[in-house]
Amino acid sequence: MSKVLASLRYSAEHEWVDASTPTKVGITQVAADALGDVVYVDLPEVGDSITAGETCGEVESTKSVSDLYAPVTGTIVAVNQDAIDNPAILNEDPYGAGWLFTVEVTEEGPLLSAADYASANGGDVA
Amino acid sequence: MSDPKKTSLHAKHAELGASFTDFGGWDMPLKYGSELAEHKAVRATAGLFDLSHMGEVWVEGPEAAKFLNSALAGNMAIMAVGRAKYSVICNEAGGIIDDLITYRRGEEKFLVVPNAGNAPVVAAALAERAAGFDVVVTDASADTSLIAVQGPASVAILHELVDEATKSLVSDMKYYAADDATVAGFDVLLARTGYTGEDGFELYLPNDQAPALWEALMNAGANHGLIPAGLACRDSLRLEAGMPLYGNELSLEGNPFEANLGPIVSFKKEEDFTGRKALEAIKAEGAKKVLVGLKGLGRRAGRGGYPVSVDGTQIGAVTSGQPSPTLGYPVALAYVEPAFAEIGTKVDVDLRGKPEAFEVVALPFYTRAK
Repeated sequence: MSKVLASLRYSAEHEWVDASTPTKVGITQVAADALGDVVYVDLPEVGDSITAGETCGEVESTKSVSDLYAPVTGTIVAVNQDAIDNPAILNEDPYGAGWLFTVEVTEEGPLLSAADYASANGGDVA
Repeated sequence: MSDPKKTSLHAKHAELGASFTDFGGWDMPLKYGSELAEHKAVRATAGLFDLSHMGEVWVEGPEAAKFLNSALAGNMAIMAVGRAKYSVICNEAGGIIDDLITYRRGEEKFLVVPNAGNAPVVAAALAERAAGFDVVVTDASADTSLIAVQGPASVAILHELVDEATKSLVSDMKYYAADDATVAGFDVLLARTGYTGEDGFELYLPNDQAPALWEALMNAGANHGLIPAGLACRDSLRLEAGMPLYGNELSLEGNPFEANLGPIVSFKKEEDFTGRKALEAIKAEGAKKVLVGLKGLGRRAGRGGYPVSVDGTQIGAVTSGQPSPTLGYPVALAYVEPAFAEIGTKVDVDLRGKPEAFEVVALPFYTRAK
């Protein structure tokens, strides 16, 4: 069963955000498991503005390609070059080494608690 | 929709932690862990596949060869006993009902293996076309399991499960040949065929024996790097090998000539066969589109349905596409206008609004070292 971390909050589109400033963003293990082996990620660049609920990149697996949606509105502060160079870390460690980018948040999108995200998408809250 | 069917190995897959997908009306293992790891295992060592969703239709009788020549597009009558042949079954318009493998098990005995979803249609078409021939068509799909061992370690794995005499039968068996053999104590039809571009074997046997044979193969293969492999890697493996998939590259709307399967259509055989007249006309006229291999020059993969264009004008569409795990770049099969089918032609694949550069390359994308 895919893991849902209690310490994070989630978008309905399967991104997670943490509580730090700037805020770190990644995709959930539920999403990574459903996608299959991730082979390519297309991320926004440092300095780009992203808008909650709008697409800001793509995650491509062997089988399919999915849009990445911004869970928050703000400006990109850093992107995880390791995730670009070695997309498999999104499968191996989606909540850790597989983070995608950090954002200086001006406004949050609708975010779910771990319990609400897990009840909507399956997964064990840990 | 009725519930998807389950193979006799379904419980084994569940035990192994497989994630399942509906395929051709069957609840089949998509992957057990990582589809990339399964893909790489088949290329480097071996993978174990449950293909029990495939159909098995026996054709027996004095006119079996003659009948198959009238029912299928290929020439089955010239096939030697013990060999296998890839063919297609067409409708009157030359459309492809299915692509299939036929094994000649005796002078008057053949086994036809259609694809999962098409098996009932093929069995029905064969039964219907058998009228007037001295032949018996028996659909054994529901009772027959099929397990495939694919990969360079396949011979070594089978050697652990057969007696001394059978060892040489296994290692000397030609590609696209088959024989009766006893493997792990089970009498199987052992065929050196597959759909992965690797060396490998397919083992046909009754459903009730399949779980024990699966177990024996898993145990024997453990020291040879064999892992269970699901449909996800089966698709990426067959794509690298440039093999068409029914529903993607092949369909009732298409014909063998567009799919580069012209050479398997036999106009020389004396029998009239279903679709002959239409196929002769299609051949004379020339195909309107042709299946080509595309290599991605960037990192992004084309997917089924994505438009292919040259200078902004659409000239075709992708039918299957993925990043190739073995080659490290995206590969795709696409139907394009014949004028753009030449090797080296530069095309763009529209990745949801963004053009990505691809190049027409020779098929297959991947060929195993012999």
